[in-house]
Amino acid sequence: MTAATAMALPSHPPMSEPGTGFRWAVRDTIAMTGRNLRVMTRLPQVLVFSLVQPVIFVLMFRYVFGGAIQIPGRDYVDYLMPGIFVQTVSFGAINTAIGLAEDKNKGLLERLRSLPMSRSAVLGGRVLADTIRNVVIIVLMILIGLLVGFRTHTNLLLVLAGIGILVVFGFGLAWLFALIGLSVTNAEAAQAAAFPIMAPLVFASNAFVDPSTMPDWLGWWAERQPVSKATEAARALMLGGPTAGPVTASLLWTLGITAVLAPLAIRRYRRS
Amino acid sequence: MSSPHPRSAAGAAIVADGLVKHFGEVRALDGVSFDVPSGRVLGVLGPNGAGKTTAVRILTTILRPDHGRAVVAGVDVVAHPQEVRRRIGLAGQYAAVDENLTGRENLALVGRLNHLSRADAATRASELLGQFHLTDAANRPVRTYSGGMRRRLDLAAALVTHPPVLLLDEPTTGLDPASRSDLWEVIEGLVSDGTSVLLTTQYLEEADRLADRIVVIDRGLVAAEGTAAELKSRLGQTRVALQFASVDLAAAAAHALGDFGAVHPDGDQHTVDLPLRGGASTVRDVLNLLHARDLEVGRIDLHEPTLDDVFISITSNGGRS
Repeated sequence: MTAATAMALPSHPPMSEPGTGFRWAVRDTIAMTGRNLRVMTRLPQVLVFSLVQPVIFVLMFRYVFGGAIQIPGRDYVDYLMPGIFVQTVSFGAINTAIGLAEDKNKGLLERLRSLPMSRSAVLGGRVLADTIRNVVIIVLMILIGLLVGFRTHTNLLLVLAGIGILVVFGFGLAWLFALIGLSVTNAEAAQAAAFPIMAPLVFASNAFVDPSTMPDWLGWWAERQPVSKATEAARALMLGGPTAGPVTASLLWTLGITAVLAPLAIRRYRRS
Repeated sequence: MSSPHPRSAAGAAIVADGLVKHFGEVRALDGVSFDVPSGRVLGVLGPNGAGKTTAVRILTTILRPDHGRAVVAGVDVVAHPQEVRRRIGLAGQYAAVDENLTGRENLALVGRLNHLSRADAATRASELLGQFHLTDAANRPVRTYSGGMRRRLDLAAALVTHPPVLLLDEPTTGLDPASRSDLWEVIEGLVSDGTSVLLTTQYLEEADRLADRIVVIDRGLVAAEGTAAELKSRLGQTRVALQFASVDLAAAAAHALGDFGAVHPDGDQHTVDLPLRGGASTVRDVLNLLHARDLEVGRIDLHEPTLDDVFISITSNGGRS
């Protein structure tokens, strides 16, 4: 039958639309984002559970530990809440890994690869949907903060910019978790792999306490790492104080994380 | 102006030519060639790990072959993967639907990702839901579907764009017999409408029923190829087993029937086994002879070779048969 391959016959001409242009990439990404958001609304418990942990932290640090933690010049609840927002975004990003690992495990990625859709839409749609989800969750957490006495001390524009910093930070992290999600075989493994990465970043940070109270070596890291920088930027924008330094540092971290990990995640998707 | 696409065999829906794919040390495919003529069904048979799914993944552009060439619906899978994707449908064991979406939403999503307009995607989804008897379940999340309903939806998702070539990777694995036979009817319907199908399966019955030709793959190589009847005839003719009341009777009968090629297998001493060389007249001659010698037969069985026999003989002795 291999001889038959040499037999000449006019093959189908290519269709007029290649389906790989930028316009299709945008359309496919929107379709995938819509699908991911729809799945989130079908599983409201996932959204609820991703709020339970931060709410427990709010209650614990606001009412249990808060009295023992002194932050000069600020109410502890004001200091705490931006840290909680970053914590929420950070642990919430694990959902990106879980979502992708699940799609891979269930064979959905296989089907998507056999469709004439844009190659970038699967990851793009995932990250975009998780970013939209972050906006919703941050707004809900701000409302919870208001209930326990959190008050912003700047103007609406700066508070919105603070939300923006958190969302951008979440976007950067999403690429890290996309890479994790594509590298493991199922949702449980994604969760197990993600927690040990995020826990030290979130807890060895300035999110809950002043790093100057930590041992020097830990404090040095806790002052400089991405979660702390995002927290610092959100605090500055929501509570007041110099914003340029922390905002720049946070954006640079996010840019660095995205620049390194997004190409790795995309490569991983293409190869797996 | 020359055509940008490679040329394919006349009328071939799929041509695989010397496909090689290694994963590290594992040679999943070690030079596999076959073709599927347009409008026909090729059954690709093989045990787990034989390389069936790897072949399907190459033909559906999910994997690139290390060596060799594949042309699907007239288009080279490596050179023009996006063009191939427009012309194929993939369904089966590993292709999936989204459990958290409804059946309708799944089909509409696949339509959108195939670049149908929103309205066309919705219309096509409704058509397919009707055709696959899923209209009543259309607005329920797929996780509430039975196994058979899921596979039907999965197959429907592969058909959104009316692809001329369909690749089905173990489409009925894990289904109950009733759902399996439902799905077979659907596939037969598609074939009668002119769709070309490549079907991988572990079920010989499935290949026997659906496939015009069969390729047996074992350890990354084509171990045998032919129609179901050709493969069966390789194993020789129908055999007759004669059962006797005692070992002595059986031994005497085997001796008497020496000219017929009768054997008296050690393992089953009451039975004499012989090939049915001349059809029904052989049976009459055998019985007359035994009657004349006063050797009374207790029971007669005819053994048709099945595809299972072929499969086992091919895959257990490295393709010698």
